[in-house]
Amino acid sequence: MRGLTTVFRKEVRENIRDRRALFNSLLLGPLLFPLLFVGMMWFLESAERERQEQTLELPVVGAEYAPSLIRFFEQQGVQIEPEPENPEALVQNQEEQVILRILPEYPEQWSLGLPAPVEVISDPSRQETNAAIRRVKMLLAAYGSQTASLRLQLRGVSPQLASPIMVRDVDLSTPKSRAILAVIFLPYVLMITAFTGATHLAMDTTAGEKERKSLEPLLINPVARWQIMTGKMITTTVFAMASLALTLVSFRIVLPYMPVGAFGMDLTLGVETLLRILLVISPVAILAAALLTLLASFAKSYREAQSYMGLVILIPMIPSLIFMANPIKAEAWMMNVPLFSQNILIGEIIRGEAVPMAWYGMSFASTMVIGLVLAVIAATLYNRPKLIFSGS
Amino acid sequence: MIVVRNLYKSFGDVKAVNGVSFEARDGEITGLLGPNGAGKTTTLRMLYSLLPPDGGEIRIDGLDPVHDAMEIKRTLGVVPDSRGLYTRLSARENIAYFGELHGMSKREIGERIEELTETLDMGDFIDRRTEGFSQGQRVKVAIARSMVHRPQTVLMDEPSNGLDVMSTRALREYIRSLRRAGQSVVLSTHIMQEVAALCDRIVIIAKGEVAADGTAEELLQRSGCDSLEDAFVKLIGTEEGLLA
Repeated sequence: MRGLTTVFRKEVRENIRDRRALFNSLLLGPLLFPLLFVGMMWFLESAERERQEQTLELPVVGAEYAPSLIRFFEQQGVQIEPEPENPEALVQNQEEQVILRILPEYPEQWSLGLPAPVEVISDPSRQETNAAIRRVKMLLAAYGSQTASLRLQLRGVSPQLASPIMVRDVDLSTPKSRAILAVIFLPYVLMITAFTGATHLAMDTTAGEKERKSLEPLLINPVARWQIMTGKMITTTVFAMASLALTLVSFRIVLPYMPVGAFGMDLTLGVETLLRILLVISPVAILAAALLTLLASFAKSYREAQSYMGLVILIPMIPSLIFMANPIKAEAWMMNVPLFSQNILIGEIIRGEAVPMAWYGMSFASTMVIGLVLAVIAATLYNRPKLIFSGS
Repeated sequence: MIVVRNLYKSFGDVKAVNGVSFEARDGEITGLLGPNGAGKTTTLRMLYSLLPPDGGEIRIDGLDPVHDAMEIKRTLGVVPDSRGLYTRLSARENIAYFGELHGMSKREIGERIEELTETLDMGDFIDRRTEGFSQGQRVKVAIARSMVHRPQTVLMDEPSNGLDVMSTRALREYIRSLRRAGQSVVLSTHIMQEVAALCDRIVIIAKGEVAADGTAEELLQRSGCDSLEDAFVKLIGTEEGLLA
């Protein structure tokens, strides 16, 4: 084991001096992702608030047919705009978000007590107009039910007859379980970080060593090749773990500055939670280090290795993308699938759900086994002379 | 003492080494001379147990590189064709890394590096990072790290490749000092003058086979030529790949 620790110490020392390694493993993930997350939340929240607080400016066609409806709108704080020339074109050209048209038969129908027609001209496929559309429809509905109540009372009928059902919301979601965005985003970020944290080192210690022509002299030393490779993979794992730990710490620092109220989220990552997440994800770091080292060992140069990595980085995204598209209920068998199980477990930890201890064990063991199998293959790879000399 | 008998190695259809035999004695410098692609590097790689031979026998001080790979690696000092250094480590750290891989103690390594710094005249750059080193400085560090464990047998693949005149002189002087210390040195080269200036015995290799073998005088006699260069051309039967 002397050789193994020597290789490990040397790789750590060398890579700590490498700005590229530090940037990739210890800066990129830990800084970029939390900032991205917080930035995204701020943007979403401020956009939402802006839309809610804005005065609604509503162009109305045929305002003269329904003066009392217009008065109601004005009382509710809507600013009525003069009649436009071609309302459909204005909405299509995105010059107006929503336009109300009162049809000429409105007064006659109204006085007969028949449904009086109005048109809401809009394009709901444009996400940013939905708040305005919703508001116009809500106001119309409110005016309608107010009028209906009055009409019923005039005829001596209790308005309650017209609302046979009363709906009451009993909301059982806790503030934590509403932290949907975080539940999806954090596992996703951590999976990617486990891989990005390992990528540079996995390439530098194998393909990079070959490219710099230091692999052959290294292998002439009286140390078993599996020890050399294992020393390298442990270094890679340590850097990936450091990258993960820093990312978690930086999330913890950054979370209090997030606009929590708007999303009803209560997301405090306590030290215990952080450690639990780190423990859950640690076998992924080993898996990533082994897989990336295995692949990079086949490459003749750092650049060639990089071209493989582009595809590999998709792997940690797959579970998150599947869960985003199709949220499924966590079940025991999923704990045997690496990356999926960690995704689920981290989500549950953030939501504050109790998870059976056996699940942690299954997730840890299954990922570890696959990681170690890959590591054993990678460790024996340089027993093939072909791979040592390729490219030289 | 190295004994090579009937060594074979092919890569696919290419017979890189085709029945090579020679001996290299202690206290002598043996030169493997041959054009590029003659099989010199492949032969050396089999000697330092990085490639398994397809056939034949190798004994280095009685050890077999196939079965006693670890033992052999402990007794060999190898300067291979690839001599990349770790550019983020200093020259001293590069050498110490190999010393540690050989299981030497910190103190032993420290003393040995002082010694090698003296012999190879590395005092000016021993504590600098090797990034941006000149070719000559790099070769010195590569030699120092391969000699850190005081090997009895030394293998060098084209050691003077890319060196200027001054560095080449220093290198030759160092190789002679190894001979004086009674070590066995084998170096491969395609440069005529190198063997003439340095080697006690010359093994001429062409197309994976030994074309001739002996001291410089023996080779001259056998070929009936006046100069080693003519002898070399005559013995391998072509001028291809020859660099005087």
